Amino acid sequence: MRSYAAQRAVLAIVQLAVLSVLVFVLTTLLPGDAAEMRFTETLAPEQVERMRAQLGLDQPALERFTQWLGNVLTGDLGTSLISGGPVTDIVRNSVGATVVLTLATLAVVVPLAVALGIVMGTRENGRLDRAITSVTLALSAIPDFVIAVLLVAVFSLKLGWLPATWIGGDLLASPVLLVLPVAVLFGRTVCLLSRQVRAGTITALQAEYVVQARRLGVPRRRLLVRHVLPNAAVPGVQELARTGDTLLGGVLVVEAIFAIPGFATALVDGVETRDVPVVQGLTLVLAVAALVINLGADLLCNRLVPRTELLR
Amino acid sequence: MSDALNRRGFLGLAGGLGLAGGLGLAALTGCGSDGRAAAQPKQGGRLRAVYAGGGAKEVLDPHVQSLFVDIARHKAMYEKLVELGPDLKPVPRLAEKWESDAQAVTWRFTLRDATFHDGSKLTSEDVLYSFARITDAKVPDRVAQSSLATLDLRRSKAIDPRTVELTLSAPNAEFPAVLAGIGTQIVRDGFTDPTRPIGTGAFRFVSFDAGRSMVATRYADYWDGPARIDELHILSADAEARANAVQGGQAEYANDMTATFARTAEAGRTVRIVAAKASTMQAFVMKCDRPPFDDPDVRMAFKLLADRQRLVDVVLAGRGAVGNDLFGKGYQYYPEDLPQRERDLDEAKALLKKAGLVNKEIEIFTADASAGFVESATLLAEQAAEAGVKLKVTTGSPQTYAKDLLTKGVIGNHRSGAMPIPQYVTDRLLTRSPFNVTRWLRPEFDSAFAAARVLTDEAARSAKYGELQQTLRDEGGILAWGLPDYLIAVSAKLQGVQAVPPNTLDQGRFDKVWLA
Repeated sequence: MRSYAAQRAVLAIVQLAVLSVLVFVLTTLLPGDAAEMRFTETLAPEQVERMRAQLGLDQPALERFTQWLGNVLTGDLGTSLISGGPVTDIVRNSVGATVVLTLATLAVVVPLAVALGIVMGTRENGRLDRAITSVTLALSAIPDFVIAVLLVAVFSLKLGWLPATWIGGDLLASPVLLVLPVAVLFGRTVCLLSRQVRAGTITALQAEYVVQARRLGVPRRRLLVRHVLPNAAVPGVQELARTGDTLLGGVLVVEAIFAIPGFATALVDGVETRDVPVVQGLTLVLAVAALVINLGADLLCNRLVPRTELLR
Repeated sequence: MSDALNRRGFLGLAGGLGLAGGLGLAALTGCGSDGRAAAQPKQGGRLRAVYAGGGAKEVLDPHVQSLFVDIARHKAMYEKLVELGPDLKPVPRLAEKWESDAQAVTWRFTLRDATFHDGSKLTSEDVLYSFARITDAKVPDRVAQSSLATLDLRRSKAIDPRTVELTLSAPNAEFPAVLAGIGTQIVRDGFTDPTRPIGTGAFRFVSFDAGRSMVATRYADYWDGPARIDELHILSADAEARANAVQGGQAEYANDMTATFARTAEAGRTVRIVAAKASTMQAFVMKCDRPPFDDPDVRMAFKLLADRQRLVDVVLAGRGAVGNDLFGKGYQYYPEDLPQRERDLDEAKALLKKAGLVNKEIEIFTADASAGFVESATLLAEQAAEAGVKLKVTTGSPQTYAKDLLTKGVIGNHRSGAMPIPQYVTDRLLTRSPFNVTRWLRPEFDSAFAAARVLTDEAARSAKYGELQQTLRDEGGILAWGLPDYLIAVSAKLQGVQAVPPNTLDQGRFDKVWLA
């Protein structure tokens, strides 16, 4: 187990290094640089030139990258080319909203998806199974922004029950701000997650040990909780790790629609203003988070159902 | 639900979504108040105003401003010596009056009895310090550096605490208007920390979070009469979030709204649209130094083949007026007596035939950099086809479009916000202008403009400017097809909002509004 984790950690470092190079190269390939992005027809080209020199953007790309890498290795994510403040500040200021949003979504979607998955799995191809499948499939098929616009139109603008945006809102004072964004993200993730649990349940129910346990007269509830669920959970947990990625894509849309000042908003901002250190810093943090989540999911699966081949 | 979600409301929202982001169109002319008879002004309350955000680009430093949201924030806290009236003519602000010598080189400004938020009086030293800070060559992002390039600070001086004399290295009768430009705010002598704003404006700084919000409170000792509202929040959000916020009661003022949203909003009761008529300019710009537009006949042919009314109807959803190939309709110095250019396909065809362009292909360079750019380019291509020229639409990167267009392509999109006409000419139409997007390079135009700009007699200056503008309209590379309205959405309880062009004194005057 320990050597497996170590192996994964080494792989993770290689992945991060490759990712950093990729992100740097791709952002550098975008037309324009941070100095030009300040060119809003208010700054004369001559001023832009001076700014470029001041920001060090006239240095060769390789030099800029090695400098950045050197800083990162000493724990310094660098300085934003646009705001002039430390990148860590931008990470810190934007991560909160996204984490709260993600955790709130998971808190809703995980129990519900597991419950739905088990209900569907134990009634394979029954009427209820098909009904739940249709609804969750429809939710995942409709684009987020459509769901979001519909929800806002009905619950905010027409009925006036829920706030339409986070503008001027304070999450601590009004947690109700979370309702609509979480509802949209729920629609995006519930289908896949519940289908994985459903599949796991069906497989587990057909497994010999379950059939045997049933023959031996193990009560249904005990059978489900003690024997079926841990096995059914494996694809679910792995899917959950992938849900993280899916959520991030959805968070971007949701953050834009509800004006949530989160991670995705900061990232889009960084790309649009060619603020390379910010883009680099944010993707690095994001990649580390994704790696940790995936690693955690693998290790958790191993605990749920120990698989010897992984332990070698 | 059928009632809850009528088709129109939904389409409006979707439209808002599609037009999200994007740069704000700026500018307008036309004035007047917002139409409804307002009740007696009331005291107190919190006003939340939402503008298009700029993320980490947003700044507190008034000398670095370029976004509307920054300008609005700085305006609440800081002031300039001079401001612009609804016709873009300079009006006194922190300077209560001014006079110049006969050469328009030495200018004397008499300061108002104003007090900074820290309790100190405004003095001549503050003015001199502010201009020194703006023109500091070590800091390239202070936006007014190029407009104040002729201000000679070594020869400028404080005559007494309330009189300051500014001397120019080249005469300029438009100097007061230059002092009303962006990034010219007066700060305290010794001001070095922009994160702790101290100005003379109607609101005192409380907090700022770039890309999100600024909070300010009413300044009780404001020289122009304290604001009626107690607290001002200036927030950032893109177009559809602004629409939702103002409709959902989370904001009372939403800047720069789309025509689609205006139609939806006007069908309801919660939101009112304040429209500054024909306040910005949408144009196609042709490069006068490149084929085929180096031929004046071709430029004229394009001006004649454009169906302006249709462009306004389709691209601006009818919310605007047709343009007449000149910037600044309704502003000081605009030659009002020029006839409106009409579509004349036959004449256009004849000119194109003469230039040998019939059935030839020309590329039009556009980008989704501002609302309506790609749409208008596409529509112009259809109209050009009717005159026998094929316009091929190529799309560039939205973020770098403004800069790219200076060097790329032969014809493209251009928009402009409100600014005084001489400033527009200085920035875009002289051989050495930094933003000469039409490549209008005429030494005789440059010298005629320079000669007009030193005339201290306003009528004489105006007459000269008029002639120059006539030349531009007939020979220049600007095909100004539309003058969009500038749209602001306000909640039903917000009163006192003026319908005036952006960048003018009475736009976003949150010290004059009240919540009914």
